[in-house]
Amino acid sequence: MSKILMKGNEAIGEGAIRAGCRHFFGYPITPQSELPHYLAKRMPEIGGVFLQAESEVSAINMVYGAAGAGMRVMTSSSSPGLSLMQEGISYLVGAELPCVIVNIMRGGPGLGNIAPAQSDYFQSTKGGGHGDYKLITLAPESVQEIIDLMAKAFDLGDQYRTPVMLLGDGILGQMMEPVELGEIQEVKQAAKPWAATGMRGRGKPNIINSLYIDPEDCENINKKLFAKYAQIAAKEQMWEEYQLEGAEIVLTAYGTAARICKSAVDKARAKGIKAGLIRPITLWPFPGSVIARAAETAKCFLTVEMSMGQMVEDVRLAVNGTCPVYFYGRTGGVVPLVSDVLAEIEKLVDGGDRE
Amino acid sequence: MMKKVFTRPKALTDKPFHYCPGCTHGIIHRLVAEVIDELGVADNTVGVCPVGCSVFAYNYFNVDMFQASHGRAPAVATGIKRSLPDRVVFTYQGDGDLASIGTAEIIHAAARSEKFTTIFVNNAVYGMTGGQMAPTTLLGQKTTTTPKGRDKEQAGFPVKVAEMLSTLDGAAYVARVSVHNPTHVNKAKKAIKKAFEVQISGQGFALVEVLSTCPTNWGMPPNEALKWLEENMIPYYPLGIYKEPAEVK
Repeated sequence: MSKILMKGNEAIGEGAIRAGCRHFFGYPITPQSELPHYLAKRMPEIGGVFLQAESEVSAINMVYGAAGAGMRVMTSSSSPGLSLMQEGISYLVGAELPCVIVNIMRGGPGLGNIAPAQSDYFQSTKGGGHGDYKLITLAPESVQEIIDLMAKAFDLGDQYRTPVMLLGDGILGQMMEPVELGEIQEVKQAAKPWAATGMRGRGKPNIINSLYIDPEDCENINKKLFAKYAQIAAKEQMWEEYQLEGAEIVLTAYGTAARICKSAVDKARAKGIKAGLIRPITLWPFPGSVIARAAETAKCFLTVEMSMGQMVEDVRLAVNGTCPVYFYGRTGGVVPLVSDVLAEIEKLVDGGDRE
Repeated sequence: MMKKVFTRPKALTDKPFHYCPGCTHGIIHRLVAEVIDELGVADNTVGVCPVGCSVFAYNYFNVDMFQASHGRAPAVATGIKRSLPDRVVFTYQGDGDLASIGTAEIIHAAARSEKFTTIFVNNAVYGMTGGQMAPTTLLGQKTTTTPKGRDKEQAGFPVKVAEMLSTLDGAAYVARVSVHNPTHVNKAKKAIKKAFEVQISGQGFALVEVLSTCPTNWGMPPNEALKWLEENMIPYYPLGIYKEPAEVK
């Protein structure tokens, strides 16, 4: 099949449809609007549901209804909208409902702006809502990788009965790239005997609920969730290694920042600097194992983010003092330049003591 | 052999209600369950319960149930009904849930003419959290957050939900009923049945506001609470059918 040119936001929509998603609920916000535009046209063509909700709060609760009814369902928003969805996400986690939530991040805090940022890493990976929980968070770096990860996102959600976050930024959502969509395949979906669909002869009601009034019951639910998280952490870490062979300066970055870092690594290598990159694809579960391994031989790490430094805390935990971890970031919608990152790498050539 | 003249509706479980003595939630639960039985739709019904005193309604209705976050039951019901359009979907919500934190959700569900049924229980007070002022608390009514009585200068006016929603083109059936005596309990059941029939026949959004008592937080015995409802709530919240599709008139 030939390649076609697609915007990242549209690719999320098409990828979701190809993954068997037939229900979308969302509220307009820049810079993710092309996704609802796309699905408003596409869903009716395939007998799916597109509904513009009255708010992000309503959208995530519509997702709760559709997910509890057993559907593959998605919502999308951008940073401030995700803040509004956090209570609903916590309920989805508590009721163990699978769904896919897209965040095309923009500058913050507050109204911030509509320019690309990566400052919702903490909110996405550390449990942005109330209660103890984790969210599987996938961070593609290209339009093609969006297409490739959408089916994975829905499959992981169903397999572990958990919401899954697709985390991108305004650049990823807005840019057009050639993609190979592949053949439309029939999607095999696991049965959901727990779904509340009307009993229909089942003889016993199914209840979608996150209320456990007895503290010990509630503690046990938390333990059950964390047993599941331990399984996910052991089995589902995804990352890309780029020029990591013999790397003395190991960059870590995800999404758009990782693409900038790849160019900086290429330029550094051309200058004879042994630089490489680890690009986490799952931000949670965080691929700490590969980072710990790389730390055994690296002289230092440099984490690059479009934030004031959030993922760098996970990198430091993984490196665990084996070598220094440095940070370079631009934020508020400012995107680092390849030359900026290269300059940071060059400062670290002699082992990273920048004092 | 004795003839059985009164029994528990099949759409209720045998779990004892947790409601306070004299609270009319039990009557309203029973009416909804009787209607589900009479329409023969229990196996095809999905209910959504709120945050508030009826948060545990999923233990009492013998149908598939969702527990929704505070005020969001209409959004959850929208997600369910849009996923399973041939099922019977209802929400059961109190006044704090529906008329305060959940105003956006109920207004837009009605405006979109979502084909589900809402049972809105108005007892003019927050019950579960300790008797605070509700959006429907009457002027002068004492609550734990209006200890000298609700003052319009400080706390504004009560919200009339049935009147407000009946202005929306998407609302197909809107009625206000009461359960303070047997005559009105029977009228309430008729309205609830109609609200389910309007949904089943695909005519759009249907809501029944049910005036209800809260003896515990009103600070009065159940019989006085019923009298207080009749004498104070009904004059401010007039009973009747506010909106009805032409086809079912």
